[in-house]
Amino acid sequence: MPGKALLQINNLTTSFRIGDEYYPAVDNVSLTVNENEVLAIVGESGCGKSALALSIMQLHNMERTKMEGEILFGGQNLLSLSLKDLNKIRGKEMGMIFQDPLTALNPLMRVGQQIEEAMKNHLNLTDAEMKKRALELLDKVGIPNPERTYMQYPHELSGGMRQRIVIAIAIACEPKFLIADEPTTALDVTIQAQILDLMRDLQKQMKTGIIMITHDLGVVAEMADKVAVMYAGEIVEYTDVRTLFKNPLHPYTRSLFNSIPSAAKGQEKLHVIQGIVPSLKNLPRTGCRFSSRIPWVDASAHEAHPELREVEKGHYVRCTCYQHFEFPEDAEDLKYDIT
Amino acid sequence: MTLLKVEDLKVYYPVRGGFFRNVVDYVKAVDGISFEIHEGETYGLVGESGCGKTTTGRTLIGLNKATSGKVLVQNGEVDLLSLRRKEFYKYRKDIQMIFQDPYSSLNARKRVLDIIAEPIRNFEKLSPTEERQKVQTLLERVGLSPESIYKYPHEFSGGQRQRIGIARALALNPKLIIADEPVSALDVSVQAQVLNFMKDIQKEFKLSYLFISHDLGIIRHMCDRIGIMYKGRLVEEGTTEDIYENPQHIYTKRLLSAIPDIDPDNREKNQEFRKQVNEEFSNNYKNYFDAEGKVFDLRPISETHSVALP
Repeated sequence: MPGKALLQINNLTTSFRIGDEYYPAVDNVSLTVNENEVLAIVGESGCGKSALALSIMQLHNMERTKMEGEILFGGQNLLSLSLKDLNKIRGKEMGMIFQDPLTALNPLMRVGQQIEEAMKNHLNLTDAEMKKRALELLDKVGIPNPERTYMQYPHELSGGMRQRIVIAIAIACEPKFLIADEPTTALDVTIQAQILDLMRDLQKQMKTGIIMITHDLGVVAEMADKVAVMYAGEIVEYTDVRTLFKNPLHPYTRSLFNSIPSAAKGQEKLHVIQGIVPSLKNLPRTGCRFSSRIPWVDASAHEAHPELREVEKGHYVRCTCYQHFEFPEDAEDLKYDIT
Repeated sequence: MTLLKVEDLKVYYPVRGGFFRNVVDYVKAVDGISFEIHEGETYGLVGESGCGKTTTGRTLIGLNKATSGKVLVQNGEVDLLSLRRKEFYKYRKDIQMIFQDPYSSLNARKRVLDIIAEPIRNFEKLSPTEERQKVQTLLERVGLSPESIYKYPHEFSGGQRQRIGIARALALNPKLIIADEPVSALDVSVQAQVLNFMKDIQKEFKLSYLFISHDLGIIRHMCDRIGIMYKGRLVEEGTTEDIYENPQHIYTKRLLSAIPDIDPDNREKNQEFRKQVNEEFSNNYKNYFDAEGKVFDLRPISETHSVALP
């Protein structure tokens, strides 16, 4: 069961500089992750979900990025910490699992060294202790022969094995909090299932809080406790996983559900969301950002300044347009965007 | 009616080693598979990466060289693999391909007009005006404006690019389109758009598809019949219903159990089920694979359903 709040994000806005101006990719986002809880952030590419994850770890290029708001972790605001203090937390208290295990690992370092690297920086251990721990970790993430893998290079391992190594590195210092950015997107289904099962087992054992970034609603259903759906930099719906899958409210969430084949069983036509995700520069800054993609919904259904509002207990939805939203009967006219 | 029949297709890649770069071994990418594609149907080829599904697709249209086997068309009278290059071209226009990555499969230096007209220029003699008209009709058919013929690929989004790829594949009115993971590089909502569109043109042009994918949700949505590949061989073949409702081979079961369920209430049950299937997979491995770990030959268990069992 979820414990007390571990990470709290208050009104976070992350803007990137394009030319001379800053454009917010993450716009006024507030979230809480409790101990022993998995929060999934769902959305299409370009909706700001990865930008949010990298903001928490502060891995953006700071020369071109402006961050406002608060990220509270263990009583400290991460945004106001010096790099030195931040590095004491990153990798130790907070770990990150990256999407592509091949690029996340150093091809010139043996697997064992890479796992020890994190421990070297954060824990005061002798070489022998570190090796012992690295072997334990390899065993924990389900590597069949830890002694051998310890001495191998990443290219000698398969994709699933590499992702296990990335996970081993992330949990090397037993962090309380993990960010997983599309951890299984680069993997086959059978491997994906193994990695998800592994992550869930580890999460239960270590009572970690996890933010899981994904575009796959199936992965969300398998992993998450709470879900935040993001569109164009904003959270449009935020609730626990069962409520979201039983009763999705926001038009964007419902459109997503209707466009995946596994949820739309037997349905001949999949729903197509009209138009494209607006680029960072062309984002509408006023009104409902999703309105341009559901043009058949009357303009009066949208709010002028949509806010994330609690519509039922623990179920937050942005804008009032969900009350008037229905899928068009005549899908023929809406099939393709003519450009 | 059978449109294309693959018989005992094998594609081996030599592994060279030693001082004189002699052939020391072979990688058996495709190791003896047979299947048929009927007119107007979608045949799905499913498997994990490295199982040989892409190699199979590429071999059918001559992008890879087959080691042995037959690819029969014209009621089994013509074997594509035994033809000379020139003769092969006559049939080659009936089979087209949609590639996986719409970002790398369109030449960035060519205009849309030249990209789509390329197959037309290879096979038909049209005047520039006729050619342009034809390209514009094709563009309209895939939902892009006719003015875009002078644009370059980078001016389009991923879904639009994939539709340009489809327009190119449609240019010669093919009978069969080989779609190699056509949507795996696209976002879900764009995916839906391309899949709907593929279904539409299938009806319109009476196309057959060989649909290669690792996404079992999409395969279920798109395909009439499915072949499951593992280690270069087919382990099970049947109608979509046979495969999803009544899987027989342990590998098929394992693959199906790995699909994430869309209902969060089932998650513990699924994890438990996956554990069971994986145990069964390792315990009963010997019953499903021969001494060398090779998949057995397919054996029919009903009119539509065959399984690789001893």
